[in-house]
Amino acid sequence: MSVTELQFQAAAVGDAPVAAIQGRSQWQLTWRRLRSDKVAIASVGVIILMIAFALAAPLIAAITGHPVDQAYPTTGQNSFGNPVGPGVHGFLLGTDQIGRDLLVRIAYGARISLFVGLLTTALATIAGVTLGLVAGYFGGVVDAILARFFDAALAFPFIILALALASVFRPSLTIVIGVISFFSWAGISRIVRGQTLSLKEKEYIEAAKSLGAGPMRIMFIDILPNLLGPVLVLATLYIPTAVTFEATLSFLGIGIPEPAPSWGNILSEAQQFYQVAWWYIVFPALALLITTLAFNLLGDGIRDAIDPRTERIFAGSKATRKRGRRKRGQLSLDQAILVGQQDGQVTDLPITNAGGDVTS
Amino acid sequence: MNMVRFLIRRIITGILVLWLVATGTFFLFFAAIPVQSVARNLAGRAASPAVINQVITYYGLNKPLIVQYGHFLDKLVRGNLGQSFLTQEAVTTIIKQDLPPTISVVIGGVLLWLIVGLAVGILSATRARSLFDRFATVGVLAGVSAPTFVVGELLIIFVFVQLNDAGISFIQTGYAPITSGVVPWLGSMILPWVTLAIVQAAVYTRLSRGSLLDTLGEDYIRTARSKGLTERRVLYRHAVRSAMTPVVSQLGIDVGALLGGVLVVEQVFSLHGLGYQIVNAIPSGDQPVVIGLVLLAAAFVVAANIIVDMSYALLDPRVRIS
Repeated sequence: MSVTELQFQAAAVGDAPVAAIQGRSQWQLTWRRLRSDKVAIASVGVIILMIAFALAAPLIAAITGHPVDQAYPTTGQNSFGNPVGPGVHGFLLGTDQIGRDLLVRIAYGARISLFVGLLTTALATIAGVTLGLVAGYFGGVVDAILARFFDAALAFPFIILALALASVFRPSLTIVIGVISFFSWAGISRIVRGQTLSLKEKEYIEAAKSLGAGPMRIMFIDILPNLLGPVLVLATLYIPTAVTFEATLSFLGIGIPEPAPSWGNILSEAQQFYQVAWWYIVFPALALLITTLAFNLLGDGIRDAIDPRTERIFAGSKATRKRGRRKRGQLSLDQAILVGQQDGQVTDLPITNAGGDVTS
Repeated sequence: MNMVRFLIRRIITGILVLWLVATGTFFLFFAAIPVQSVARNLAGRAASPAVINQVITYYGLNKPLIVQYGHFLDKLVRGNLGQSFLTQEAVTTIIKQDLPPTISVVIGGVLLWLIVGLAVGILSATRARSLFDRFATVGVLAGVSAPTFVVGELLIIFVFVQLNDAGISFIQTGYAPITSGVVPWLGSMILPWVTLAIVQAAVYTRLSRGSLLDTLGEDYIRTARSKGLTERRVLYRHAVRSAMTPVVSQLGIDVGALLGGVLVVEQVFSLHGLGYQIVNAIPSGDQPVVIGLVLLAAAFVVAANIIVDMSYALLDPRVRIS
């Protein structure tokens, strides 16, 4: 080994720690924790499979040779005119009441259900974050008006509004998306508002102000990045809620209109056939449950990864053993979300806090 | 005294919210739906234009909206919700008729989900990381993920159909009034209750478990233990009581929003309650019934919120109402 080689290696060793102790950003840390959470990774896998299933719907239709709206009265129905079971006449999951291939319909249903779930969550998140930031940052009258508006919206049962809108206009994809988004933004907005209230008092915001930053810059560039964690968790957990909303609306006949299949309207029609065709209910129900469960598990996983202080439900017991007392006034994400949800009440609810933090 | 003043203020804001909801519903239905189509709905498809005009005059639908609104508010203040366009019955009578199934579902369902949710939650928290806890946690997420109507349909397939095929006819769908006997009533109510419990208990298990675990880590619990209190007393008198705060606030939200859930449950199990009534009233344009039921639901939400806010003070001695 030559001297130069040694020198070279020494130099490399000398360099190495520089790379090794390179600071990890919050997001890198989160990603590392998330990666070690097997359940969360498995959920991602399930979600990807479900999306692939939805995207492959035309392919599935082509392979089975059963177009989505094509009824097969002779092969797809038995002599009583009822649906045929799984595996009969090449219908892998059976047929529905007019002899359409259930597998193909569930695949096309996945497209609508996932599309509605993702789009409404995106709309609700954008609206919720914007309004929450505005209410929290400006406070005062703006905040009070938004809070009142929200109280009235909460007191108005959402299914009834959907029923009303559907009777005034015709049920359609647009109405479904509108109704679900309208009833979802407020939850996000409350939490963002609560966090903004405390963040805007921080010194770095004062520093930004003294440098002449305007409200837009402070809200969206200085405050927003600090809220991305909770917002990401909430958004992930809203997706299954939105999918469920859509299914419920379709079930009540005010969602996605026939003949376009969604999991909700398949289940709605299936309801009358519970005595003769269990598969007609069980398979779409399974698709729905697997999807919502996967998103819920992923949301939980992301929350645990972002805030390691919250209890890890699945990722081993070490964290739970270590959970000690928190510093007073420090809230875990779970609690922050809870407080955020109660926040609208807390502001007009004059609870004085004699003994310290109610939530901790 | 503080309590009374608090209550009065909350009732006033509650009335304000109800007025907002009433106004919102009124204009949504009367302004958004064209008068002609309402009248056509009422008069029947084959009605001649003359008959339709008669209907419009009869119900005062041709008066300016603001006059109708004043009339509506005037009646509302005197506790008159108007008459159904379709059956001519007073809306209050309809509500009285259809209340029993809904109330049965709500009371039984809430009790069942609270008992199950809290029991599992407390057991999980005191046995954190045990096998029971693990199973409970997975069960909770499954419950949270399940839409009400799917749970109901699956229960019908796997419980109702199976039992009836086996010749056991205790469990039935459709409502059997309690006056016809307790057993048929229970038989008609068990599946709706279980459905609500499966969907809702999950939330309460999760909440009470988390909240109780947090509370058990507090200083005053250590103090209580060091005083030599039995673990039982520490748990139920000191910890559980103050750990219930988030549970109670969640209960307020859920009971308020329950009309939505009940509506689905009534639909799945063909119970003719208030939810069933409103699902039918909306498409047929029976506005007085719709507005009456929406107001009733909103009143529930408002009342539930007031009760919840007051119970904070009862549960957690550290909370003061002012």
